[in-house]
Order: sequence, then C-alpha cells, then structure tokens
Amino acid sequence: MSETNTYKIPFVILTLILLCCFFANISLGSVSIPQKEIFNSLLNVSNNQSWQYIIQNYRLPKAFTAILVGSGLGISGLLMQTLFRNPLAGPFVLGITSGASLGVALVILGAGVFGGILSALLISKWTIVIAASLGSFLVLLAVLIVSSRVRDTMAILIIGLMFGSITAAVVSVLSYFSSAEQLQQYIFWGFGSLGNLSWRELGIFFIIYCFGILLSVFSIKGLNTLLLGENYAKSLGLNIKKSRLLIILATSLLAGTITAFAGPIAFIGLAIPHVTRQIFNTSNHKILVPAVFLFGAIVMLICDSIAQLPTSDYTLPINAITSLIGAPVVIWLLVRKRKMIF
Amino acid sequence: MNKETQNNILKTVNLTIGYTSKKEETTIASNINLALKKGELIGLVGANGIGKSTLLRTVTQVQPKLSGTIVLNQKPLENYTNLDLAKTMSLVLTETIASKNLSVFELIALGRQPYTNWVGNLSQKDITIVNKAIKQTNIENLKHKKCFELSDGQLQKVMITRALAQDTDLIILDEPTTHLDMYHKAYILKLLQSLVKETGKTILFSSHEIDLAIQLCDTMIVMTKEEVISNTPCNLIEQGVFNTLFPEDLIVFDTKTGSFRVKK
Repeated sequence: MSETNTYKIPFVILTLILLCCFFANISLGSVSIPQKEIFNSLLNVSNNQSWQYIIQNYRLPKAFTAILVGSGLGISGLLMQTLFRNPLAGPFVLGITSGASLGVALVILGAGVFGGILSALLISKWTIVIAASLGSFLVLLAVLIVSSRVRDTMAILIIGLMFGSITAAVVSVLSYFSSAEQLQQYIFWGFGSLGNLSWRELGIFFIIYCFGILLSVFSIKGLNTLLLGENYAKSLGLNIKKSRLLIILATSLLAGTITAFAGPIAFIGLAIPHVTRQIFNTSNHKILVPAVFLFGAIVMLICDSIAQLPTSDYTLPINAITSLIGAPVVIWLLVRKRKMIF
Repeated sequence: MNKETQNNILKTVNLTIGYTSKKEETTIASNINLALKKGELIGLVGANGIGKSTLLRTVTQVQPKLSGTIVLNQKPLENYTNLDLAKTMSLVLTETIASKNLSVFELIALGRQPYTNWVGNLSQKDITIVNKAIKQTNIENLKHKKCFELSDGQLQKVMITRALAQDTDLIILDEPTTHLDMYHKAYILKLLQSLVKETGKTILFSSHEIDLAIQLCDTMIVMTKEEVISNTPCNLIEQGVFNTLFPEDLIVFDTKTGSFRVKK
C-alpha cells in the first residue's frame, strides 16, 4: 500500500541522522581524540591504549545506553498516551519511577537505620540497580492487580498517580531523617546518568529492553484499535484486558529497567511522541513506533553530547539537559503548528 | 428449523434487561420478544429513559442480560467469541472517537481489524472492501481528510462507512441522528434505507425521529412502559401504539399524517 512508501524517505533520513549523532557522540568528550584514532579504536587497531580504552569501555557503552534509554522511554510514553487517551501521560504515570525512587531512597537514605557496616555493603551500584528494579516491580505488580479488577482505564491512571504520591511522601519522611551526605547521594541518583554501565550491565539491560520492544510491537494492532475508544475497540473484537496488560507490561519493562540502570530520566517519554506526531502527522502506530524509536535515540544522543560539555572536565546532569533542550523545542513546535495532534 | 426462524437475524425470547449491582437487580424492561428479519431497516423508538440504549447495549453484549435468551444468526449470543461477534455485528455508537487525528481512510480501514493479521496490515481484499464502502456512502471527497476537519454530519457518514467496511450481517446504530440538523437527520436515515436495499444487510437503529422512522423503516420497535412491540409502521399506527408512547398532556399523535402535534 502507498502509505508505507510515503514514509520511506523520512525513515531513511532519520536513520542517517541517528548514525551521525552516534558517531558525533563517541567523538566528543572530555578528552579530545582525533577522528582517525576513533575509527581505529572502534576497529581495535589503535596505537594509543588509553584512547582505545576510553572509546571501547566508556564512550561506546554510553552511546548504546543513550540509544536504549531514548528509544525505550519514547516508546513507553507513546504506549501510555494512547492507552490513557491523554496527551499528558508519560512512561512514569503508572508510578514506575516513584517505585524505583522509593527503592533507591530506602537503600541510600535508610542506610543509616541499618547501621554502619551494613550500609557500606549496601551502597554499591548493583544494590541501587536491584533496589530500583524491585521498587518499580512492586509498584507495577500493585498496578497490575488493581487494573485486572478495574474496568475503567482512567482509574488506572489515577491509581498510578496515587502510588506516586504515597512513595513521594515516604521519600520525604526518609530524607527528613537522613544526613546531608546521604541526601546528596540520593539527589545525584535523581539526576540520571548514562555513563555508568559496563558491557556486562549493558547486556542485561539490552535483553530486558528487547522483551519490552517486542511486546510493544505486538501491541501495535491493539493500539491502533484503541484510537477509536474502548467501546469501539471491543466491538472490533479486541480483547481489551489482554491488550491493556500487554501495553502495561511493555511500558513497565522498558521504563522500569531504564530507571534502574540510568536513573529517572525526565521529559523524553512525554515529549518524543508529541514531536513525532507533529512531524509525521499520523496516528498510525505502525509508523509511530519505529519513528519514536529513531527520534528518541537521536534526541538522547544529542542531549548526552551536550551534557558532556565537550573538551571540558565537567559532566552536567543529563536530566537537566533533556528538559532544558527539549521543553523549548516542544513549545516551539506546538506554537508553530497551533494544533495539538493526538 | 422452519423457514421463518432462518430468516431471523436477531431473536430475543423473554429477555429481561437492566443493571445488577452487588445487592440488587434493577429491571428496566422485561418480557421482550423480538424477531428481527434479515435485510430490513429497523427503527427502535421510545421515550427518554425507557431503556433503548440498555436494550442495544444488551444485544451487543456491552452489558449482560438479566434473563432470557438472545439468538444472533441461529446461535446464542453468549456462544460468540469477541472476534466472531465482530464479524457478525458492527456498531456506531454515540460516543466520539478517541483520536481525531486519523484520516478518514485510516478510520474506515480500522473496520477491517477483525480480518487483518497480527500487526493489522491491510490485504488487497481489505482495501477493495474499504473503497467499496466509501463508494456506497458517497464520501469519496472526504477520503483523505483528517477526522478533526469534518462536520458532525460528515463524521456520522464516516462512522457508518466504517461499520459497513466491517462487513457484518447486522449493523446497530445508537441514535445516529443526534446533533444533526433536520436535513442531515433525513439524509442519514435515508442513507441507511438505501444501504439495506443495496447490500441486503440488516440495520437496527435507535432514534427520536419518530416521524422520519415511520416513513423509512420496514419494521419498528416501540418501547413503552408496559411492553415492547415490533411491527410494520402502518400496523403500529393502526393499533394506536404511538398514542401511548408519551404522556398525553402535551403532544398527540396524528394518525393521518403519521407525526406528532403539539396540543393547542
């Protein structure tokens, strides 16, 4: 059919931009490395050992993480916006980040309660990843149990927000009783970070991410049917509860692992689907899912390159960059088009 | 099975409709015995709150019946899977669609969902059926527009086309003429009549346009507090059913013109 042909060119262009951003991202950093050496390092034939190490074990995993984080958050945001028929929904409306934050807060801020030696053992990177995963998993479980009983999808949205409020309250109680040092550590986690992953961690991240993406692809037909509203979708033979479960599971897997490995990255999940809808001017998820994938990855790579402050030693919090760069872009797009497409 | 029952697309026996909550059952109408013939245009009329929507929601399995049986195409309604039901019966509801960013063609093509593969790709046959439906309702000029660009009347035509593309024996419309002006009310109902003639499908709709329905329908179902009657409009007028439809203090039914008049 002709519909896929019209979108072929934008997809090719986007893929090329993604490749350019990927190479730009690994070329830029606090240490400046000549372009030729970067390619040599990638091919494992560089003469400079430390450059090769930086590229292979720091910049490359960071760039891949950026791609996974950007595309994963974008797609889960898209799923939530369609499921809840609400343009303000994002990947975190189900309370997944709040669950993760609670887990991390319990580990970092609650460490004082557990005593000195234990706390030293507790706070390693893996404990934080595990705490975040456990936290988001438990909240997800609660949301799934509730959603199997509730008939109205909107109720799930409210319930997710309520879970968010509860966990936020627990976190503030914990912060009240913790030391400045612990608070700082918790706040640093909240900034988000793409550069902390080793290849092994990235591998685990990637496997769970793939499951999430696979489930998203399987929900495409259901998502398109849901564009008509739930009653029409049901009259078209769609099993609402099953597709709802599929969509929630996909989102939770994506948003949950991303938060566990990279921290709560704001903004991308909410904004990327809107930008994509504006540019592609369609609501068809067969187009939107791959387009959001590409856009999310591109934007995240660009944000990460900026956060690195090329040639300087500082790295800005990625969370601040995504909103600083992204929010004006979305505002500009909406003002220019004057029409909210949903 | 005799020939008469085979001609019925939808049959209800001693059907009771209403709502159940944890403690009690609220009966809205009971003892409903209907037999809707294939290839007819059927209008469902009655006062506000009498249970038209509840009846439609019950026969479309949106809400459960309280008792009795509903038989769709010689098969009890509860034996249908979601997908089988979607291939036998299509709906046009009063609610508006969630995303108006869909193009008219995309929206109508969603009517093919019960037949498409896991990712929803349209086959050549699907596209042919969609285009045929677009031709039948005469909306070729709207095909490439977005839904938010349409007027209420145009959107209603598009929704009917979508139901047509679902290619079911029975199409059920819940108050398809609300929000429309007089011309478009007549246009939509006339369109339904011509679709019944052209395609041989059965169309059941609820409406408050009693005078239009009397002129266009093959059969009418009249819901009053006491009973639910179905017959041809002429017979219903002869039986004086329409006089009992509303309280008689304000409007009366004029048998000669087949319409309601305000009491002077």
